[in-house]
Amino acid sequence: MSRIGKKFRDIVKRGGKAFIPYIMAGDPDLGRTAELVRILEDCGADIIELGVPFSDPLADGPTIQKAAQRALSGGVTLHKVIDLVADLRKRSEIPLLLMTYYNPIFKYGEERFVHDASEAGVDGIIVPDLPPEEAGNILSFSRKSDFDIIFLVAPTSTEDRIGRVSKSSRGFIYYVSITGITGSKLSMDSSISSHVSKIRSMSGKPVAVGFGISTPEEASEVARFADGVIVGSAIVKRASDPDASLRDYLLSLRKAIA
Amino acid sequence: MPALNELEKAYSALGKDRDFKREIDLLLKTYVGRPTPLYFAKRLSDYLGGARIYLKREDLAHTGAHKINNALGQALLAKKMGKKRLIAETGAGQHGVATATGAALCGLECEIYMGSDDIVRQSLNVFRMRLLGANVVEVAIGSRTLKDAINEAMRDWTTNVRSTHYVLGTVFGPHPFPLIVRDFQSVIGREAKKQVLDAEGRLPDYLIACIGGGSNAMGLFHHFIDDEEVKMIGVEAGGKGIVPGEHAARFAGGSLGVLQGTKSFLLQDDDGNILGTHSVSAGLDYAAVGPEHAFLRDSGRARYTFATDDEALRAFELLSKTEGIIPALESSHALAEAVKLVPVLPKDNVVIVNLSGRGDKDVQQVARIKGIEL
Repeated sequence: MSRIGKKFRDIVKRGGKAFIPYIMAGDPDLGRTAELVRILEDCGADIIELGVPFSDPLADGPTIQKAAQRALSGGVTLHKVIDLVADLRKRSEIPLLLMTYYNPIFKYGEERFVHDASEAGVDGIIVPDLPPEEAGNILSFSRKSDFDIIFLVAPTSTEDRIGRVSKSSRGFIYYVSITGITGSKLSMDSSISSHVSKIRSMSGKPVAVGFGISTPEEASEVARFADGVIVGSAIVKRASDPDASLRDYLLSLRKAIA
Repeated sequence: MPALNELEKAYSALGKDRDFKREIDLLLKTYVGRPTPLYFAKRLSDYLGGARIYLKREDLAHTGAHKINNALGQALLAKKMGKKRLIAETGAGQHGVATATGAALCGLECEIYMGSDDIVRQSLNVFRMRLLGANVVEVAIGSRTLKDAINEAMRDWTTNVRSTHYVLGTVFGPHPFPLIVRDFQSVIGREAKKQVLDAEGRLPDYLIACIGGGSNAMGLFHHFIDDEEVKMIGVEAGGKGIVPGEHAARFAGGSLGVLQGTKSFLLQDDDGNILGTHSVSAGLDYAAVGPEHAFLRDSGRARYTFATDDEALRAFELLSKTEGIIPALESSHALAEAVKLVPVLPKDNVVIVNLSGRGDKDVQQVARIKGIEL
């Protein structure tokens, strides 16, 4: 079982909910990313998503687009992010996910990527522009190691689609709370919770919800029905704030996700 | 994915719908002005002193380029699907103008995404879109050209998918877009085939078309693919020469990759990030090429080459002076290849160049390049 699988098993056992923060690797440099990982751990993160900067981040809003551009202009690449994880693994066992677009993986070579990433201690990936239909290769390579591929379900997904995504997704299922891009305004309505319950009952797998969650109130609301809460843009926006105020914000999220 | 599945289903259902086909055919004839002529360019042929050159006059289609064939088809498709709003990306502005036109004709709202660099070099088309009732949204991130306009349009589509149809303007993007766009553009080759048979009594020896995403080329090539004696040449933008960041010749300087839901040839670095591009022509200034072109290239059915900015500008002036036709800078790339190829061909050879658009939109920019103040 992967670190992610174990983490969710433990959380479910104690009746808690997972706090899954996202940061952009290399924004503004990899040294800061290593510091941020430590801060996130200190503040009770269960799983950390590391964004891999890409020139054309289709699923991301302006906050993460700009963070990616800063990281790219500092020369951060998928190779360097994998090296960073190998470094982090010397001191930490926190589950680490990479959120990357498909082309950097394709260019790296899918088999070599899965091998190098899991060797370094990456526990899985989220690839927003890779639907399960096109993921045959990477799924078969990842089966050889405990490497989770997490797929996304959208509010517009039909039952057929949910079935297909649920079957392929490993680690957890990522429910996108809105039709839109990261960092958009969340509109809380009952359809999110009914979608999440439906996905959970169809798949039997944990469902984490992300896109647009920024306040502790929203996080707390989502945590009532989801197994995990993902917060990205709102943290990326504060990543260069003084550590004390960043910690306050993260602790308020942690407290809300229970 | 759900939106793509919905689109695929609607498109394949309408493909069998005779009324839909009749409606499109009537509009192509009475609104777009089809068939566009196949014109024998005698003076250009004499000047180059080789094969006989025919121009497929897409520049005479309503709105001044081939883009209307696809935009009109997709606007009607969107209306049938019950969508209230059209969005599109545009580079040179021709697809934006065509989509705004389709939206006006069908009574739909319209928003066009355009890179800020392109807004500067194609200001005339920006004003045209606004006259047609569209809202032009400036995209000021990334390379600020066509690629980024597509990213932004896709982000909008993801957000407003229930009410909105994304009118992709070229044979790129996720399935079914390359198929839909090719089908709507294939009217170009269907007409050209009949017209060349009428004029010459035989098929042409060469087809030449410029390639940004590749929709005018795919439109011309499609009905000739099985005619193996017809050679097909696609012309990419060589910009200032084949140096990273200075051109948009994907086959000359690119490699296989996946961008915007399509696997094809891309200009990218070793880490899979997309490189900047340059071309004097906004419509060809794009880091990727339609996947069917990659297929035709790998199978050897079509040959791909490039023309530099300077070669295209010379062809732009040459056609203006020899034939009294001012071509779009995009189409000037195809003409530049004809200028190289035709003089060495036998006199009885027949070459069709797709004159994909007219050059009015480029006049200001060409004046700027020549240092002339208007």
